[in-house]
Amino acid sequence: MHVIVDLDVCQNHGQCAFAAPDVFQINADGELEYVEHPPDDQRAAVEDAVDVCPVQAIRVAD
Amino acid sequence: MAGASRPGGGRVVVVGGSLGGLRAAESLRSAGFAGRLTVVSEEPWFPYNRPPLSKEALRAGVEHATLEFRRRESVADVEWRLGSRAVASDLAERTVTLDDGEVVSWDGLVAATGLRPRRLPVPGPPPLAAADRYVLRTLDDAVALRERVRPGTRVVVAGAGFIGCEVAATARALSCDVVNVAVDARPMIRPLGELLAAELQRRLERRGLAFRLGVGIERFLGEDRVEGVRLSDGTELPADVVVEAVGSRCNTEWLDGNGLDLTDGVLADGALRMLRVDGTPVDGAHVVGDLARFPYPIVDDAPRRIEHWSLPTDTGRRVGPVLATWLAGDVAAYAEVVARPFSPIPSFWSDLFEMRLQSFGLPDAGEEVRVLEGDLDGVHDGPVVVGYLRGDVLVGVVALDATKQAMPYRARLGRPEHPGRPESTTPVRQSP
Repeated sequence: MHVIVDLDVCQNHGQCAFAAPDVFQINADGELEYVEHPPDDQRAAVEDAVDVCPVQAIRVAD
Repeated sequence: MAGASRPGGGRVVVVGGSLGGLRAAESLRSAGFAGRLTVVSEEPWFPYNRPPLSKEALRAGVEHATLEFRRRESVADVEWRLGSRAVASDLAERTVTLDDGEVVSWDGLVAATGLRPRRLPVPGPPPLAAADRYVLRTLDDAVALRERVRPGTRVVVAGAGFIGCEVAATARALSCDVVNVAVDARPMIRPLGELLAAELQRRLERRGLAFRLGVGIERFLGEDRVEGVRLSDGTELPADVVVEAVGSRCNTEWLDGNGLDLTDGVLADGALRMLRVDGTPVDGAHVVGDLARFPYPIVDDAPRRIEHWSLPTDTGRRVGPVLATWLAGDVAAYAEVVARPFSPIPSFWSDLFEMRLQSFGLPDAGEEVRVLEGDLDGVHDGPVVVGYLRGDVLVGVVALDATKQAMPYRARLGRPEHPGRPESTTPVRQSP
């Protein structure tokens, strides 16, 4: 699975970090960090994160 | 009749084509519903994201393409009836009547018609953009208002809830001359409570926003166009533009006459089935989004209707498996899906100047307010996290410029908090 976040759009709301904490995290500086190629068992969680992003900055490429 | 199996699953009609309607349609497909799926939407646009309307859309302008939600492959075969409005329904006959007179039959129904802005019922020029009286709910509303918020424009914003405060802050940042008028004592006081609302007011005023609080608008001045407002204390404010952000009305008229409880939105159970006034659920008929009034177990079993952005997604996803199972006609599976707990954690955010307000849970259900992180010293603008407790249970968390600090508290919602003993909120590990 390939996760793409448009960092020009991302505003560090952190909703993805609740939906898929193993893939998305807000670091100590309050900025998003994420795993670009998470294992497939994260797919449902990542799709949750895609849906709950307030600025719709996340997409799954494959 | 317990879900007789229908060839292909029958037909589902989703009435309302915004975020809740979209998520319900996606959720039906991912739950295996393979029948005909129709979404009826009054707006001419495919579903789009509304929160930017009071912010980026006013500031920088925005097109539908930028706001449009990506629609999943699974809903590529959905029949979108854009620009079409439901005017009546018959839950016993399972029909919906559209504004062009067409009667559409369904096996499953999802109500997602949301809200429309309330207007101030006071004398003055008509409630039209042409009279410089604006509201903000749709893309078209935002496009119209943007034309008028220019440097030096005198703007009166009626209402100091989320939308009122955001429009006022955005207009102020565009160098408009803004006064935010509200009958409330503080901006956003209902969701935030006095403590945090007072702090927010201070930070907003420091950034040039003027408030007139505790007063109503008695009339709009002017003939064909608004020229100002007269307040309930007798003073008059000149205005080139007035924005009414004074709450919403539920679009439920099309559900009248079915014996439903429509006193505030659509009353529903935890499976989001519409409830009749006698308390019985209507199988196959659901409600999602801003209209859905149902219990939030993190607080109690009282039904609540919450208008936060997260709810259309949470409720839309809840409906898919329930309705798909009902339509498939498997009685045991249906009972199991209906009985599954549904306990969404509402959340919203608000961007005001460069500040970010974030809320998780149900702050307004709290009975006690406690500062969890930072200081409300009335002077500094640092990060703050405030907790809202009901008994000793944390039911809401609000962060002001403190996303990172708020994250651990969100996980504690619905659980007891023990002041001064933060370790007690750590799950107890069982001895091996």
